[in-house]
Amino acid sequence: MPKQQQIKKVLVIGSGAIVIGQAAEFDYSGTQACLALKEEGIHVILINNNPATIMTDKSVSDQVYFEPMTLESATAIIEKERPDGLLATVGGQTGLNLAMALSDSGILAQYGVTLLGTDMKAIKQAEDREQFRSLMNELSEPVPDSNIIYSIEGALEFAASAGYPLIVRPAYTLGGFGGGIAEDEETYIKLVKQGLSASPIQQCLVEISIAGYKEIEYEVMRDADGTCITICNMENLDPVGVHTGDSIVVAPSQTLNDKDFHMLRSASIHIIEALGIIGACNVQFALHPETSAYYLIEVNPRVSRSSALASKATGYPIAKIAAKLAIGYTLAELKNPVTGTTFASFEPALDYVAVKIPRWPFDQFPQAERRLGTQMKATGEVMAIERRMEAALQKAIRSLELPIDGFRLAALADFPTDSLCQLAIEADDRRLFVLFELLVRGQSIEFLHNITGITPYFLSVMANIVNEWQELQQLDWNSMTRSRLLQAKTLGFSDQQLADLWNVSCPEIWGQRRIWQVTPAYRMIDTCAAEFRSDTNYFYSTWQGSSDVDRSHHKKKVAVVGSGPIRIGQGIEFDYCCVHSVMAAQKLGYEAIMINNNPETVSTDYEVADALYFEPMTPEDILNVLDFEGINQVILQFGGQTSLNVAAALQDAGITVLGSTVDLLDQMEDRDRFYAFLESIGLPTIPGKTALEATAVIPAARSLGFPVLLRPSYVIGGRGMIVLQNETELSEWLQQTTMEFPVLVDHFVTGKEVEADILTDGENVWVSAIFEHVEGTGVHSGDSISITPPVSLSQQAIVELTETAKHIATNMDYTGLFNIQFVYEGDQLFVMEINPRASRTAPISSKVTDVPLVQHATALLLGVPFEELHIEESYNGQPEYTVKAPVFSHIKLPGLSPVLSPEMMSTGEVIGSSPDLDTALAKALTGASVQLANLADGGTVFAEDSSIDQVDNASWEALGFRIVTEATMPFEEWLKTETKKVYIDFAPDPESTNAKQAAIHRLHVWTRPETAAAFNGTYSSITALAKGVLAK
Amino acid sequence: MTGLLTLSNGQTFKGHWHGKSSAIQGEVVFFTGMTGYEEVLTDPSYKGQIIVFSYPLIGQYGIQSLYAQSDSIQVAGIIVAGLYDGPLSKDSIPLAEFAINHGIPILSGVDTRSVIQNVRESGTMQSQLIHTSLPELAWEPVQTYFFPATTTTDKIQTVGSGSAHIGLIDFHYKSSILNELLELDCRVSIIPYATATETLDSLQLDGLLFSNGPGDPAALQHLFPTYRDWAERYPSFGICLGHQVLASAFGAKTTKLAYGHRGANHPVMNLQTKRVSMSSQNHSYVVEKNSLQDTPFSVLYENVNDGSVEGLVHDTLPLKTVQFHPEAAPGPTDHLELFHQFLAAAQQKESVKMHA
Repeated sequence: MPKQQQIKKVLVIGSGAIVIGQAAEFDYSGTQACLALKEEGIHVILINNNPATIMTDKSVSDQVYFEPMTLESATAIIEKERPDGLLATVGGQTGLNLAMALSDSGILAQYGVTLLGTDMKAIKQAEDREQFRSLMNELSEPVPDSNIIYSIEGALEFAASAGYPLIVRPAYTLGGFGGGIAEDEETYIKLVKQGLSASPIQQCLVEISIAGYKEIEYEVMRDADGTCITICNMENLDPVGVHTGDSIVVAPSQTLNDKDFHMLRSASIHIIEALGIIGACNVQFALHPETSAYYLIEVNPRVSRSSALASKATGYPIAKIAAKLAIGYTLAELKNPVTGTTFASFEPALDYVAVKIPRWPFDQFPQAERRLGTQMKATGEVMAIERRMEAALQKAIRSLELPIDGFRLAALADFPTDSLCQLAIEADDRRLFVLFELLVRGQSIEFLHNITGITPYFLSVMANIVNEWQELQQLDWNSMTRSRLLQAKTLGFSDQQLADLWNVSCPEIWGQRRIWQVTPAYRMIDTCAAEFRSDTNYFYSTWQGSSDVDRSHHKKKVAVVGSGPIRIGQGIEFDYCCVHSVMAAQKLGYEAIMINNNPETVSTDYEVADALYFEPMTPEDILNVLDFEGINQVILQFGGQTSLNVAAALQDAGITVLGSTVDLLDQMEDRDRFYAFLESIGLPTIPGKTALEATAVIPAARSLGFPVLLRPSYVIGGRGMIVLQNETELSEWLQQTTMEFPVLVDHFVTGKEVEADILTDGENVWVSAIFEHVEGTGVHSGDSISITPPVSLSQQAIVELTETAKHIATNMDYTGLFNIQFVYEGDQLFVMEINPRASRTAPISSKVTDVPLVQHATALLLGVPFEELHIEESYNGQPEYTVKAPVFSHIKLPGLSPVLSPEMMSTGEVIGSSPDLDTALAKALTGASVQLANLADGGTVFAEDSSIDQVDNASWEALGFRIVTEATMPFEEWLKTETKKVYIDFAPDPESTNAKQAAIHRLHVWTRPETAAAFNGTYSSITALAKGVLAK
Repeated sequence: MTGLLTLSNGQTFKGHWHGKSSAIQGEVVFFTGMTGYEEVLTDPSYKGQIIVFSYPLIGQYGIQSLYAQSDSIQVAGIIVAGLYDGPLSKDSIPLAEFAINHGIPILSGVDTRSVIQNVRESGTMQSQLIHTSLPELAWEPVQTYFFPATTTTDKIQTVGSGSAHIGLIDFHYKSSILNELLELDCRVSIIPYATATETLDSLQLDGLLFSNGPGDPAALQHLFPTYRDWAERYPSFGICLGHQVLASAFGAKTTKLAYGHRGANHPVMNLQTKRVSMSSQNHSYVVEKNSLQDTPFSVLYENVNDGSVEGLVHDTLPLKTVQFHPEAAPGPTDHLELFHQFLAAAQQKESVKMHA
């Protein structure tokens, strides 16, 4: 069936802020979908308030609404725009929920908007637990029995019908505390009692136990004519029990025989046929490791994190094709864009394996509960592709950018073996490394299989790596041969691992490899295992065989190094920057090469760059690509700290790092050198010292005066930063913490933080949007609400700041984009930090000023004269206020303190814009709160006694809130009320359990008076300036 | 132990040799499915060929005899990139052990993607698989004729006890075809391909299933008139070689594809319903579309990628044929329905006889 001609204008719902469980994958799928619709001549309207996305670029849709993802704003947009169709399946759960709300409230019917793709009945059938269960019963597709219970009686009633063993999962407890597996009634009653009392809402989920089953997923597509295809299946290394987003996943499955593979494939098709899906769908199964018995775990009637992974693992653009199916096309009408010759109605054949490993935030938050279970905790993921599983796994491990030594996590070396066994059983983020450590200690595959349920195949892959490592340890560099080295490389060992083993330098191994011609081959992801010719430049490296193409031609080329997995502090904004850099280079006639390893993102869409390499971001892996491409210049400014970290090694290898010398990067990061630089250009510095060892910290702090700020050098997102108020706090903290020295000790300045992104060629300077942070110093910029243009700075202060920025730019021998963090302590302006790279605010600055900072920076890096950028012509004068508000994922990270600190915790952000500051604030804060308690209709605010004096009672009462304190209602009691909305503690202990409790109850937790003022509308009254004051 | 795969275009590929040292030659073909190596190796249609697996990790679930398509390994040699030799579940034996037991060599560690690129560009060709201790063989042409004109008729074997009685015309059938019929409660007589018509008729069959098999259908040319006679009198269904043979028997021509279709992801469109589905395929020869003009056939299935004929339906008779493998094994089971349709036709036999 061809395209539905009556669909001319479509509203696409994005996924809003990045939160755990809903991340960059929806920028990728949303961008693909919008472009696919535009390609068909459809007018695309987008609602998405996440500024750090490619999806919200002007070029991706025809009209972007940065509005809260609520029913009210969606309704208003529909009323204004009158779209013919709504595409809701590319915006994650947010998109589906909003579409369901629009449908249920009759808005779609009222305005005659057609829901494109999968219809509402099918969505509800897949989403509603009971409806889904009854459909699956009809189809004879097995689902594990489960029930939500509130009492022992209810629990026993379920047990009577389901039988044992049963799993008890208390709702909302830290890390599943209080639950477990019951083999018999006695244990079951004990667990249910314990679970009900542990759960703050006295609720448990009880289900039959399928622990130890293999977890297998299928990505399925279906068109309106009923053609069904499966794009790819995936096997979780971790058996059922760990959320698939927290599991190590391989594609395709490795341990399923043909019969089981196709049994589950047929079941997937059977299910989506019955649901009537049009578009993409994800189906998850639990498969018994021996008997072929299976259960259906979950169906997601939309594109998902898994579909993004499947797209990158196979080359098949699921979201793009799904968007075309939604407007009426059939699979057989659409070409397979990878081969260009075959059709979309086929199933990719892979001739490699893709391995995904999640990236968790526990290196940043060791105090959070790191046990893995049914609640996803990873913030991002990496993917590696190879033709050997061992090599793929080692590549993926390298891509994580963790402080590890090869496949070994040093911290585990001190654990006794029985604690490691316990950690292997009760999986946390370290499980992979725990298994490696146990193998190193000689534990058998059989033993590890018995305690973990992990298929022996995966354990044997790990054992192969360990065995090879042990063999290599017995060898030395002098007696190394070409073939022995090649064997080690084939199993995925990096030059760094080998250099460490043999105590030689990396460049020495690199040099010898080149003499021996031991270099990787680059092979193409072609969707068809080489059966058909394909000219898609999507590559991965492997150490056996020859390359598919010769890319060493002499066109103008530049490589952009990406930002790797999404972490707190290094998020999707850097992917945005990398994509724009690629586009800018292409516009200037360069072939732009992208190197990255994050399967969720737009940058790893093979259609973005001229060639895409899915590789770890280590100097060796990057240099191998540059060598193969014949490239000698790289852009590192846009991949966050990840790309800056490789600058020195690349420069040493003779590669030109565009924009600045490596020495300058060091000058900005090394505090002593940085202060010397500021002083040399006549700028004041915040009093500070560098402590080279622990004993030097206290004397340094004494001489500076408390409070002090401690931080390590070279950090992402304020990692390891802490403010200490007095000597007692400092001594205690030093005793409890192991730090890597040098440590920077600064006098902690109390004042107003301001930041800006600066574009320069060293002579000419453009100071972009200036952001004022609502919360005062001591809160990481990523966690602050911020406003541009500033509202509480005087015109004079802004001029001073702008002049200072220009002064810095013209004195630091730097080309491109950089970011300055300022602080005003009274009238005194200090420069706190210069980040010689694109920053988190670059996408917002670009969007609110119409000056595309990254594109311009790339042009400058590639030699375009500053005046040819014509910045003044595109600058819009910032006609509106824009407010950025952080979005946190505390609900997913029990145990993580919600107390704001210099260490960043938020996972995402939203913006709101309006000529009126209050409106902009309201939009941003409403948009940031969609997952939290609704403040629109009042409720209660619990304030700790110590904070009550700072709570503005009158303004809260005017807004319909009542203030509660421990004296009027104990905190525990308050938590049980329906009206609870906000928890306030302005002098919190970071370990405050009340704050953590409130956070996992989806309440607003405010630990700074400024945050509270922003929410109750009193912030703007502080200093409201007239509009249009931004200096240039 | 190393060995060499030499293609007749001169390209050579080194690997590790598993099994007794030997020197063999055969047509090199590749299979793109990611599972099902056991079914492929034992599929009689691969008889005498040297099979290259495109999926680089082979052997992870071992061999469970349950899924074998015949009593022995049919291919002459096995080429893989990675051969798994780690622990397996207790009811499996390692692939290498299975191959060694059957005296079939495996060459592992081979750059299989490059081999496949060669075959894709040059077409399937003769190749030699030789242990390094042995000299190259004298080159022989690719063997495509597997059905000698003079043959002794083997005994007819009957299995199952169902109500419908189906004759499985044996061109070296895959056991999953037989199993599918038995599953559908048929009594199946396995009929050697050169059986006399009187013998066939004496069995009182309800329908005929012309099986898959190796090589060029032209090898059976001398029997085309017999098969046409049978198909005109019995509801019939042809699979793979059986499809080519039936088409040829009614006057169509066949031709050889450059490198065939061998895999689990071949999209075919049913031209009546316009639905596309995935099929399991293993063939070099195809029925030429323009040779169908003078036959009583219409195209029922077409290959979405190259437009080749994937299935035929007779204009008047209950006769359907498919180039792909509806029994799967290995591959997708999207077309099992075709067996049901065939049985339904077979159970209408009385009316057919009157019609004929």
